[in-house]
Amino acid sequence: MAEPSPLDDSPLASEATPLVSFTGVSKRFPDGTTALDGVDFRVRAGEFVSVIGPSGCGKSTLLRIASDLTKASDGTVDIQTRKIGYVFQDPTLLPWRTVQANVELFAELRGLPKAERRRRADAAIKMVGLSDFTRHRPRALSGGMRMRVSLARSLTLQPELFLFDEPFGALDEIARERLNDELLQLYLTQRFTALFVTHSVIEAVYLSTRVLVMSGRPGRVLGDFAVPFEYPRSPRLRFDERFARLAGQVSVGLRGGG
Amino acid sequence: MSVDTERTGPEEAVTRGPIATPRVGRGRGRWLATWGPPAAVFVASIGVWYGVSYLLLDPQRRFLVPPPHDVIKVSFLDPFNLKELMSALWLSTRVAFIGLFISIVLGLALAVAMNRAKWIERSLYPYAVLTETIPILAMVPLFGFWFGFGSVSRVLVVVLFCIFPIIANTLFGLQSVNQEHHDLFTLHGASRLTRLWKLQFPTALPSIFTGLRIAAGLAVIGAIVGDFFFKQGDPGIGILIDRYQSRLQSEQMVGAILLSSLLGIVVFWFFGWLAHRVVGGWHESAGGLDT
Repeated sequence: MAEPSPLDDSPLASEATPLVSFTGVSKRFPDGTTALDGVDFRVRAGEFVSVIGPSGCGKSTLLRIASDLTKASDGTVDIQTRKIGYVFQDPTLLPWRTVQANVELFAELRGLPKAERRRRADAAIKMVGLSDFTRHRPRALSGGMRMRVSLARSLTLQPELFLFDEPFGALDEIARERLNDELLQLYLTQRFTALFVTHSVIEAVYLSTRVLVMSGRPGRVLGDFAVPFEYPRSPRLRFDERFARLAGQVSVGLRGGG
Repeated sequence: MSVDTERTGPEEAVTRGPIATPRVGRGRGRWLATWGPPAAVFVASIGVWYGVSYLLLDPQRRFLVPPPHDVIKVSFLDPFNLKELMSALWLSTRVAFIGLFISIVLGLALAVAMNRAKWIERSLYPYAVLTETIPILAMVPLFGFWFGFGSVSRVLVVVLFCIFPIIANTLFGLQSVNQEHHDLFTLHGASRLTRLWKLQFPTALPSIFTGLRIAAGLAVIGAIVGDFFFKQGDPGIGILIDRYQSRLQSEQMVGAILLSSLLGIVVFWFFGWLAHRVVGGWHESAGGLDT
């Protein structure tokens, strides 16, 4: 680990037991590919931790293991909550459902009463600013709006841990920056813990309390960078000299120099 | 939270309506572009028909290709002939629809079973393919021996004709659910039935409708083929065609062929319309509608 972390003075991080613990986690697939090799890290409640690394380093596998979609081959994974939200790179909306019905889906699958899921969906749709689009189907929305629907859908279950698998990777730069700000606002108001996989160093540093840098396949944690900037963060932070320096350090770490 | 609706500003494109369906003009121009070409082909075909009747055939041989107005006069304007044709058409339509209905129920059930377990798919799919690859016309006389020469055999022929496209397209649709959608349902503890009903079945609907449209056309063909072989009971349109042929009543024969073709077209259009109603709002294959 390159630097001491997590941030001990982070206003959002809890002193309690880590919400997510990966200890010596490895993953080998039946075809012999080793995606992860001895991954160790902790995420405390309230932290926003980004994971960055080259393509194929097992970042998505790491999230799949955290959500129990995939089992680790070795090591111990300890997740202290069952309230997990998972946001994929693709918004994964059901094209035959309206925005409202898509947002209600998870609550519906969990068997919540109709009135309750309606109430939660309305609140979540309002949070992401799509109240005027509840009757639209996904094909009538832009990429950024679809991603907002995807976020709203997860918000209905009020997750304690949010897993993001490159959610804004397919968006253009302007939409991505806008959604970064909206996500930060959600983070501050909803107080969830986030494990955020991304390819973008700027995005990772801008959003996070910590950035984990992973090696190429098989993935290992090469560096753990604390991000010392206060929340709420302004888009101007991206032009700050300290921000640029830290982003540079993460970049160097990503190339194996950290 | 503080994400305002203003953020969804005009700069963020909202696509209204179909993305991949460019509109061909407006109003009259659009109407002409849609209906003009097929109407032109129709008029040209009638012209060729008249040409063959009057220019290529001498009056003694004109019965081989009777001109269109004779076909209309004899087949559709003579009340007795029209009644005979319409009751035969109704019988064939009934056989086609009963066979199609059985094929839909059986085809969907088999596809769902095959989708449920790989071993069921491996066990049954080769036999489903067999219904498509065996020479059906050669099999048809056997049905007569086994099930008699009446309606049951006719319906069975229809089922044999149209079950495969339903099975194959439904199975393909059920299996084309994207992995991330499956993951979402897994994450939220969805049961097999919930997954089938709320994810796989709606995903498969466009493919199912493709299968239904193919099967609907085949059902009409199957009903007429069945008529040719099984002649017990009231005559279907196929039996009439056979009868008119043996009596050299070519006007009525052509009239019966036109009616049976019309039935095929109507059934095909009906399923196209139904597909448009059910999946047109969200799937491009059925032609997009705005939401």
